[in-house]
Amino acid sequence: MAGPFTTVREQVDTTPQSIDRTEYTTCYMCACRCGIRVHFKNDELRYIDGNPDHPVNRGVLCGKGSAGIMNVKSPARLTKPLKRVGPRGSGEFEEIEWDEALALAEDWLGTVRKTDPRRLAFFTGRDQSQSLTGWWAGRFGTPNFAAHGGFCSVNMAAAGLYSIGSSFWEFGEPDWERTKYFMLFGVAEDHDSNPIKMGIGHLKSREAAKFVSINPVKTGYSAVADEWVGIRPGTDGLFAGALIHELLKAEKVDWDYLARYTNAPWLVIQAPGHPDDGLFVRDRDGNPLLLDGKQKKIVSALEPDSSPILVGSVDIDGQRTVPAFHLLADRFLDDAYAPDTVAETCGIPADTIRRIAAELAHAAFEQTIELDIEWTDWAGRKQDKVIGRPVSMHAMRGISAHSNGFHTCRIIHVLQMILGSIDVPGGFRSKPPFPRPVPPGPKPAGHNVRADKPLEGMPLGFPTGPEDLLIEPDGTPKRIDKAYSWEHPLAAHGLMQMVIHNAWKGDPYPIDVLFLYMANMGWNSSMNVPGVLHYLTDTKEDGSYKIPKIIYSDAFYSETVPYADLVLPDTTYLERWDCISLLDRPICSAEGPGDSIRHPVLKPDRDVRPFQEVLIDLGARLGLPGFVKEDGSPAYPGGYPDYIVNHERAPGIGPLAGWRGELGVDQGRGGPNPNQLSRYIENGGFWEMPFTEAQSWLKHANRDYLTLAHRMGWIPSPDRIVMQIYSEPVQRFRLAAQGYGPALPPEEHRARVEKYFDPIPFWYPPFEGESSGDAYPLHALTQRPMHMYHSWGSQNAWLRQITNQNRLFVHPDAAAEIDAADQDWVWVVSPFGRVKTQIKIMHGVEAGTVWTWNAIGKRRGAWGLKDGAPETEKGFLLNHVITELLPPRDGGFRYANADPVTGQAAWYDLKVRLEKCTPAEAGATEPMFERFHRPDLADPATDGDGTLRYGASQHAEESGKAEATPRDWVGNREAHAHRGSGVRPGHGNRVSKDGQE
Amino acid sequence: MTSLPAKTGKKLGLVIDLDICVGCHACAVNCKEWNTGGHSAPLTDSDPYGAQPSGVWFNRIHTFEVVSDEGDSRTVHFPKSCLHCEDAPCVTVCPTGASYKREEDGIVLVNGDTCIGCKLCSWACPYGAREYDEDAGVMKKCTLCVDRIYNETLPPDMRVPACVSTCPAGARSFGDLGDPDSDVSRLSADRGGYALMPEQGAKPVNRYLPPRPRKTVAEEALGGAGLTPVADDKAGLMARWLDKILSM
Repeated sequence: MAGPFTTVREQVDTTPQSIDRTEYTTCYMCACRCGIRVHFKNDELRYIDGNPDHPVNRGVLCGKGSAGIMNVKSPARLTKPLKRVGPRGSGEFEEIEWDEALALAEDWLGTVRKTDPRRLAFFTGRDQSQSLTGWWAGRFGTPNFAAHGGFCSVNMAAAGLYSIGSSFWEFGEPDWERTKYFMLFGVAEDHDSNPIKMGIGHLKSREAAKFVSINPVKTGYSAVADEWVGIRPGTDGLFAGALIHELLKAEKVDWDYLARYTNAPWLVIQAPGHPDDGLFVRDRDGNPLLLDGKQKKIVSALEPDSSPILVGSVDIDGQRTVPAFHLLADRFLDDAYAPDTVAETCGIPADTIRRIAAELAHAAFEQTIELDIEWTDWAGRKQDKVIGRPVSMHAMRGISAHSNGFHTCRIIHVLQMILGSIDVPGGFRSKPPFPRPVPPGPKPAGHNVRADKPLEGMPLGFPTGPEDLLIEPDGTPKRIDKAYSWEHPLAAHGLMQMVIHNAWKGDPYPIDVLFLYMANMGWNSSMNVPGVLHYLTDTKEDGSYKIPKIIYSDAFYSETVPYADLVLPDTTYLERWDCISLLDRPICSAEGPGDSIRHPVLKPDRDVRPFQEVLIDLGARLGLPGFVKEDGSPAYPGGYPDYIVNHERAPGIGPLAGWRGELGVDQGRGGPNPNQLSRYIENGGFWEMPFTEAQSWLKHANRDYLTLAHRMGWIPSPDRIVMQIYSEPVQRFRLAAQGYGPALPPEEHRARVEKYFDPIPFWYPPFEGESSGDAYPLHALTQRPMHMYHSWGSQNAWLRQITNQNRLFVHPDAAAEIDAADQDWVWVVSPFGRVKTQIKIMHGVEAGTVWTWNAIGKRRGAWGLKDGAPETEKGFLLNHVITELLPPRDGGFRYANADPVTGQAAWYDLKVRLEKCTPAEAGATEPMFERFHRPDLADPATDGDGTLRYGASQHAEESGKAEATPRDWVGNREAHAHRGSGVRPGHGNRVSKDGQE
Repeated sequence: MTSLPAKTGKKLGLVIDLDICVGCHACAVNCKEWNTGGHSAPLTDSDPYGAQPSGVWFNRIHTFEVVSDEGDSRTVHFPKSCLHCEDAPCVTVCPTGASYKREEDGIVLVNGDTCIGCKLCSWACPYGAREYDEDAGVMKKCTLCVDRIYNETLPPDMRVPACVSTCPAGARSFGDLGDPDSDVSRLSADRGGYALMPEQGAKPVNRYLPPRPRKTVAEEALGGAGLTPVADDKAGLMARWLDKILSM
């Protein structure tokens, strides 16, 4: 009998049968592609954790991934195809059957294709199937295709691919194991997710590795950095340029690395006013040339064993030429990049800049790593070691989202190159299928759009000169987003953020169908939300919409859904097939290639279909070449899994690289294997192929690697890849602006192209800061919290308990300026508009910067949220005060608020001032948008009384097993993952069933 | 009113590294996900999609700034869950014996069958680590994943608290802090692990590792100085480099 003073023994079952079944698939709570284990109890989702053997996350899982159950059980899930019956934006729909939905889409799209395929604009969000969606657009025949990258990270991708042949995040990673100095530029605050956390945890737990974060805001990673450099937004290029300045002055340069692996010695023609000015001088075979200092003669730069010089001039055929490095040194030795000059602009003391330069030099040249690895260089010369400069860097949104981001990112890559720290031990390592030639192929397709015909290739690509632009003879853009036009010549990911505006304006031409997938363009993915909602609903004189038809596919009832005419409901990530493909953005690490799948571990409980399945179906219905057989029947009758297995982009190369060929033993190249997906499922959902040591380093110039990469179909030839400190493609555009070459920009664009197409990177102030003046003294930025980064978090019952209202974080000095206290309400005023929010005073922010969490603010009626949700009443978007267009120039012309080279949306250029609200104004955010009709969606998790008791029914029965002995578990997960112990579920393909590779 | 065991066989607990915790909430969410179907199921959430969502969480991350007199700030991410105290006041205060400390491993648990929801334990806990489930009318709390750590039905890599196995930064460790030779005890000793608010006298088992000193290897080697230019100006440098012949 229990009573006071007695401990009652509870019968705790320490060995319950908690899990009946476990499936291995790939997470999609953000874009990081971690491997997950999905555990079931009584056929219900019980628990999701990280796959210990997965190369991306090695068993860990972030807050988003851990909240996957609530994503799958969200009341915001769409349940059936919808046809709009009320006005756009009202949210009034009728449910229709799939047959009707697909027939409608086929009708709308078919009419466009038969007349003018350009009048379809097909843009997707953060989906990971762009090798399929892009191919579909090309087969349809429209050049108007792109995805999320144009407003996210194209500056990083383009700058990397035009400089070093790989790029930050997707195509490279720091050597966390060996680096001794890690610089993180502008990560806001998570990009990417688990790999960086694992890396930072690992790095900081080693001795003698320093972590420096350059960021205006001290949260997240910056909070644990050894040194936080609170830089002024948009000045990172100037800061990195000053580091280059200091390193050059002290000759802290990896000369041999520059000579061997970059185009530093290539001779550049110096003939102003001549059509070849600034191009590389080339021999008859087109090879660039260099001056061999020993032989005192000009030789091909592609020949091994020469002795190049890097400075000085030499006349060739009467033309003065200088090595590319000469021009680079001339630029960065200028006083404009001296620490004393840049200190005030960057908000960083000159002594700090000088010290960091010295620390970089110390790490690179005094703490050099030498690995005794035998490898063969591009010229066939045996090497017996790899020299590592253990300085690594990672950069993301804070660099990317400025109108100077392309050049800033190039400056950071130049810094890496002069330190000799790319693809070396301790440095920044490229991930296969990169490096690729600089820039990679192919070029964008869309020169020749014809009714009923496919494009000549994929819509997105990499121009190498003005002749590759998609423009009419008079210079008018051929694409709806004006990508690859004189306005944004290297827009390698398109300009998704401009599509709705341009389609509304009919500039450069009107469209008939806007087809969007998984992109919240009616809310947090657009600049100028009020304007965008106007563009979506504005009508012509006859009362019809200016954007006539809108098809939207998503799994959830977002703010964009009510603006669609036809809604195609998608599944959640646990209910679908997917491939995380080498043709797109795979799961490779620097240690080797890998790819993975999603497979349906749950059956949808509503009338929804995976978008890719629908797209393939539509392709067949429309008779698109590639989607139908010769007899007109569907080429992939089995839908998306059929496509994943049987589609070949080139002979033997398909979406998945593992278990190819009839016998299922080929890797990379091989015919389709009907059992391929089964093999992936058996092996934990992923495939990987570790490089040999000899293939692992200096991949640009590593014969074993290049041979393999060529065999795998990643690069067109096994030739050496030369990194480009000096960009000749960029110079070709400048020459055109100067009046040379076959394609010249219209007069009004010439000055801009000439200025910003500088073949050597340079820093210039972000545009909006330039134009907004003193009335808007503060920079305004956004970050996404780690538990919602790249995700759909606000609808998630668990994650929204962590964050459901965003405030504006303000430095005490800036708050004092307007006499505001913590939690006061303020207006955030930009030249373009104003938005109301509460403030939170914070010391760890650059004093001239304010910031907030992005995409917390939601619109009434969306995401299954109930009335009164803090997200809708107090949460706000900075998007409302960001304009998508720069101020008018002479003649009224307005450029996009974007990087002039790449078209990257310049979110972070925003300048604002704060005005304290009157007491009457406090309490709720503004602008407040009308609440749209909320559909009657199912809430599969919450009980009838409005309470969520998830798991109540999952109480596990006794297993009767004896207790295991608990063991210590210390720190970083990897040490505890038992790898290579033979194939069992989740253990990939590393070891075969009988224990052999 | 409930007695504590005179001695526990082990002192199982967590060691949390504040040097590398980036405040990502992975531990908190993964804990909730496991435990909502675990020993104390469910971890109820009220008004999950409404104006005031609130639920039971065994582990919460507190983020705050510490500002020095000089104006330097540090952003601190501080995960907090039950510290499984040796002299747990939440146990001794319990009128029914529902709140108890296990003799074999020192884990503090609540017996949901005998808890009357009086909340005395949550008042007694100096750390605010107890979570009252309004809906169930009982107190709930971190179980140190007692249904995982011994559980032979799970693969070995899961026999660890969910917060530990999921932590991306590797900032969380688990083991027997009563054994001075255990990995976690040594880790704590090496890093100056400390008990939270020892003056409260509860003798918490969990330990926090303070941020490491800033890494200043290069600064020390260089004495804080910048690099020394090799020439006075650009012309001088370019002149030096004119004769520089490299090899490929």
